[in-house]
Amino acid sequence: MRTRVLPVVLGVAALAAATSPATAERLVASLSTHRVMITSNFTGEELVLFGGIEQDSASGPRRSGYDIVVTVTGPRQNTVTFRKQRMLAIWVNADSRVFEDAPSYLAVLSNRPLSAIASTETLRRLQLGIDNIPLPQRASVNIAESGSDEPFRLAFIKIKTDHGLYREVANGVTFLAPELFRATIPLPAEVLVGTYEVDVRLLADGTQLARTPAPFEVYKSGFEQVMTTAARDHGVLYGLATAAMALATGWFASIIFRRD
Amino acid sequence: MEIYLPIADLPVNILVILAMGLAVGFISGMFGIGGGFLMTPLLIFVGISPAVAVASVTTHIAASSMSGSISYWRRRAIDVALVCMLLAGGIIGTAFGVWLFTFLRAVGQLDITIGVSYVLLLGIVGSLMVAESVRAIVRARHGKPVDLRRPGSHMWIHGLPFKLRFKRSRIYVSAIPVWAIGFLIGFIGAVMGIGGGFLLVPLLIYVLRVPTATVIGTSMMLTLITMASATVMHAATNHLVDALLALILMVGGVTGAQFGARAGQRMRAERLRLLLGLLVLAVGMRFALDLVLRPDSLYSLRPLDTDL
Repeated sequence: MRTRVLPVVLGVAALAAATSPATAERLVASLSTHRVMITSNFTGEELVLFGGIEQDSASGPRRSGYDIVVTVTGPRQNTVTFRKQRMLAIWVNADSRVFEDAPSYLAVLSNRPLSAIASTETLRRLQLGIDNIPLPQRASVNIAESGSDEPFRLAFIKIKTDHGLYREVANGVTFLAPELFRATIPLPAEVLVGTYEVDVRLLADGTQLARTPAPFEVYKSGFEQVMTTAARDHGVLYGLATAAMALATGWFASIIFRRD
Repeated sequence: MEIYLPIADLPVNILVILAMGLAVGFISGMFGIGGGFLMTPLLIFVGISPAVAVASVTTHIAASSMSGSISYWRRRAIDVALVCMLLAGGIIGTAFGVWLFTFLRAVGQLDITIGVSYVLLLGIVGSLMVAESVRAIVRARHGKPVDLRRPGSHMWIHGLPFKLRFKRSRIYVSAIPVWAIGFLIGFIGAVMGIGGGFLLVPLLIYVLRVPTATVIGTSMMLTLITMASATVMHAATNHLVDALLALILMVGGVTGAQFGARAGQRMRAERLRLLLGLLVLAVGMRFALDLVLRPDSLYSLRPLDTDL
């Protein structure tokens, strides 16, 4: 894991100071990088998000202090979840659900446990926390939004969490100063390429005051991109080239190791 | 040393993959087989999805059978006419296998099919090999000659029509069993990611009565062509062939095969068959355990392909 901490702290702080007050509080956020490149030695990466809260001169500091919740949502994809069942002594995939447009990556970072930040009702309404993210699923024909204790949904979240793709970090946001915060976004090696939405929300006294987006993009570098594109868009050519490579390697080996 | 595999979409340790290639290559060189039935399970074990493992191993086997074919070609130990007739069935079998592979992947039953096929095929072939080689060893102890080819005895297969003469192998058989064997090998090769050498060699010896002089070379040549075409077909339909993974595997594989071949030449043939039989049985048992034991998690995820 590499950490790219660019000197954005000062930049963000300056930006926070310079913005004109429209509402009571304004929120600004910036990522250490907006483009994450997957190279041949990619084993995951950590992005750092810096943000500042600017107060209106009229309103004083909140008594209970500010809370920050950062929700990072990766590219959406339809994902099938299979459940195994015993059939004739062996375990086979019997039942399945398709999760429609489920985020491939989901991280909810906050400065303290979500339950301490707002009421269950507010969290659900603002879709904060993995349990409150809608994961519509399709059994066979109809799309049904199911409760948060449904076994397929729980299994889906558990597998994603085991792979480090879904996570809820209650101490993922650190306040450097009362109006300046930092969040670390961990990206495991399995992340998909695409646009990642980062939704930064400012809360105080259990209500939302402001929110701001800070998206970033994950993309494959030259060689990896060329191979992926070739394999997907020019399957036959890619196959022929791969087969030719195999024959060349075999032929080469027979020359090197020739004994007779 | 981690390297990111672009199609498998995950990083692997390049040294681990190279070592696996070397080890399987050693075994394949020793027994004169492709080693796909060992390589595919090993790749699945390190976390590569069964679909990518099967598709990429076909490329690896193409490379290792290429170097084998060249050395047998130099020794004039390949029956080209027999290869062509086997191929006639083999290409159709491979195409059918790739189609079934795509279909099973779409309905989510690919992993279980690969598992069950491995158990059945490896269990049956392994038991037969062990039984046969034990008999041969016992016979050799009693001083009786080991003779696999009994020219006098004919099976019903040898009474079928469309008879053809294969000059180099000096056999005269019907084209029907030749096509059927070719189809079977091509089919299971594409579905299971194995070259099928460990299955083809006994079939050629016992069913078609191909002499030992040409059997391995002919099998290697057939494996080369079916696996090279399976690579192209898998790449064209499922987009799952990871060329980088295949390249690392084949570099290790062709190197290991050279040392394996030297080790194999020092051993007696029936001992070698007994060892291979036990190895095949062990891999089959491993798959059987996975199927029968309750899995740690009953659930599994798979992204739904938009183009299916």
